[in-house]
Amino acid sequence: MGRYVLRRLLQLIPVFIGSTFLIYALVWALPGDPFAGKCGQRACPQAYVDMMTAKYNLDDSLIVQYFKYLGNLLSGDFGETFSGNAIGEMIADAAPITVRLAVIAVVIEAIIGIGAGILTALRGKGFLDNLVLLSTLFLISLPVFVTGIVAQLLLAGEWGIINPSVSADATVGELMVPGFVLGSLSMAYIARLSRASISENRRADFVRTAIAKGQPNRRVVGVHLLRASVIPVITFLGTDLGALMGGAIVTEGVFNINGLGGLVFRGIQQKDGATVTGIVVLLVIVYLLMSLVVDLMYAVLDPRIRYD
Amino acid sequence: MRRSRWVSAAVMVTSAALLLTACGGGTGGSGAATGAVDPDGKVSVYGTEPQNTLIPSNTNELGGSKAMQAMFSSLIEYRSDTGAPFNLVAESITTSDAKVYDVKLKQGWKFHDGTEVKAKNFVDAWNYGAYAPNGQQNIDFFGQIEGADALNPGEGKQPTADKLSGLKIQGDYEFQVTLSAPFSVFLAKIGYLAFAPLPDVFFADPKAFTEHPIGNGPMKFVSRTPNVDIKMTRYDEYQGEDKYKFKDLEVRIYTSQETAYQDLLSNRLDFIETLPPSATAGGKYKTELGDRIVEGHLLGISAISVPYYVPGYDNLDLRKAISLAINRDQITKTVMNDTYVPASSWVSAGIEGYRPGVCGEFCTYDPVKAKDYFTKSGFTGKLTIASNADGGRKEPLVAACNSIKNALGVECDFLPSTNLGQFRSIVVAKKLTGMGRADWAADYPSIENFLNPIYKTEASSNDSGYSNPAVDELLKTADSTADKAAAVKLYQQVEDLVAKDLPQIPVWDEKGVGAKSNRLKSAKLDFGRYADYSSIEVIK
Repeated sequence: MGRYVLRRLLQLIPVFIGSTFLIYALVWALPGDPFAGKCGQRACPQAYVDMMTAKYNLDDSLIVQYFKYLGNLLSGDFGETFSGNAIGEMIADAAPITVRLAVIAVVIEAIIGIGAGILTALRGKGFLDNLVLLSTLFLISLPVFVTGIVAQLLLAGEWGIINPSVSADATVGELMVPGFVLGSLSMAYIARLSRASISENRRADFVRTAIAKGQPNRRVVGVHLLRASVIPVITFLGTDLGALMGGAIVTEGVFNINGLGGLVFRGIQQKDGATVTGIVVLLVIVYLLMSLVVDLMYAVLDPRIRYD
Repeated sequence: MRRSRWVSAAVMVTSAALLLTACGGGTGGSGAATGAVDPDGKVSVYGTEPQNTLIPSNTNELGGSKAMQAMFSSLIEYRSDTGAPFNLVAESITTSDAKVYDVKLKQGWKFHDGTEVKAKNFVDAWNYGAYAPNGQQNIDFFGQIEGADALNPGEGKQPTADKLSGLKIQGDYEFQVTLSAPFSVFLAKIGYLAFAPLPDVFFADPKAFTEHPIGNGPMKFVSRTPNVDIKMTRYDEYQGEDKYKFKDLEVRIYTSQETAYQDLLSNRLDFIETLPPSATAGGKYKTELGDRIVEGHLLGISAISVPYYVPGYDNLDLRKAISLAINRDQITKTVMNDTYVPASSWVSAGIEGYRPGVCGEFCTYDPVKAKDYFTKSGFTGKLTIASNADGGRKEPLVAACNSIKNALGVECDFLPSTNLGQFRSIVVAKKLTGMGRADWAADYPSIENFLNPIYKTEASSNDSGYSNPAVDELLKTADSTADKAAAVKLYQQVEDLVAKDLPQIPVWDEKGVGAKSNRLKSAKLDFGRYADYSSIEVIK
């Protein structure tokens, strides 16, 4: 186990370097002048262009630029935006909010999704099964921005139950509705995934054996059936947590949450390459670590899987 | 089945918890703003993240200016409705030849750190802004002062001086500005944020200053969280006549205008200077806001530039045909829902020297005449209008295209760019393949600002590639005419020349429609699409 983890961690290094280089190249080597449109309807003053070119090493070749950036990054310096804000600090402000939002979304989608999956799988065909299938189909077909804006217009505008935007503190209570919106799509997938997985495992040998041993129903379902069935769901949830952190752009925009998604979005809009690279690098690390954690969870959940 | 019931109960509890925890404030609805004024009120305004460091000479976009304008005061200020200048920090500014200006300052003005505002604070700040290695966004504003070339010699050259030779300190409260050539409009220009003074502490540590700006304006800096807000509070020793009637100001940063608008509807945000497309669609904002609508008049003009460098477009008859074929009245009413009015001049209404109808018959919809001119032009092929498609730019131009198509019987397409950056890089590189959107917002309220940057040969925003020696000559004469009334007359003659050549076709003029919460008794929108903070009154 220990050696496996070590090997996986070492593998992260080339993946990290490769992916960050790709991101850096994509952001900074984009065709087109990075200063076009930065100064409104008129061209940027040459003095400004010169200073920014020097600041971001834009005169160097891409490789040199990248290694200068990587050097700073490894010493913990994410660089500065065009407006002179430290990107590290901005990430430190935004990351906790995004993590909170993503965790809330994952918890909501896990509880409701797995709950609905278990319920429908154990009950079998019937009204409830149809209801879940239909409602999940409905959720899957709705893009997040529709769910978000509808929730905002109805809950905040029409009924006044919540505030249209989340305050700067972004408390857990305030993030409930955005979290629900964010998790709604995955919730539908999880419900269907766990339903399929549980229905399949219900007829597996080990479940029959457990029932034959005379174990109580609670233990058969809770320990034997669920643990084996939940593996695909965990895989999904793990990568989803990563996706939710970066992919919350729309939801964060609708509810004005100052998270990483919004930061990336603004970075792209304002052509602030340093911000975009910094955050995406961070997300790459999150993804890599999440997939490692998910792989390790397999061994914990399913006794048939061993890493040695 | 016991288990499944337990699970379903859990699901129900969770959903109930979701609803309960989601409870919050929010009242919604509009109401007439009445009641006593609260002098210690708190006001929040819609903001976007500043794109540059918070130094007056480096701030030129809405996001940063919203906060900086409240924190800094320049020599002069403009009346929010007419744009007429009046002295603020300046006691008097005099000139006899439009080249040498004597500036006297009022005494007793102080920066927020308690130091006095003296002549050298202006001179040092201007020197800093004009010095190329500082890379300030507004460097071009200082370009007319004598000696600016030595500080900003252009690409690849090293500056040979770091002080403008045209600035002379003549005492604690007096300095002299010499321009490299006479420029009569300079007076109207120096009210711009770029010309604000900087305190001595700035020069000791500019980096620390940008994190905690210290100005001489009505509001002083309290705190800033990037992407969240900028907070300010009233500076009680402020000397200007435009004192604010409330205490705390928060510029709240939003990613989405729609969300800000929703917040405004539920009175969680006090002021927004622009409405999102979803609110203007179908005139929805009129019923949603009622008496909370704030209307202004912006000093800007929306035009369509017809580039001379595109084959087939260098044709006056075609220009006339296109202009005649656009139904401005109908488009401003139905597509823009009265947030714009039809334009008939190259200068925005409200500017000194503005005359309605300079464009005359050619800016009046007349499909028959349009068709005649089009036949005469002999143009073949397809017309196109290019623009960035975001921010509601697309719809009116698509409508203009349709209007042209119907009147002239020629194909007309809208060519979208994804954002302003992409579109401007096409325009600046002179790579338009047809017409292009050419909207102009005035930097300072003067007729000059609507002509020089757009119609002078090789000017920074001369999108159509227009070059007319008569125009260049007349502009030069006007720039160097010290007498304001005489200068305005000359600029009007330039406009008449432009009207003959139609390098750009004026289409509409933006009204500027914003909104306020029902906590505000009054709020005005100024000509530059900023909240006029000094007009805001909060109800107790």
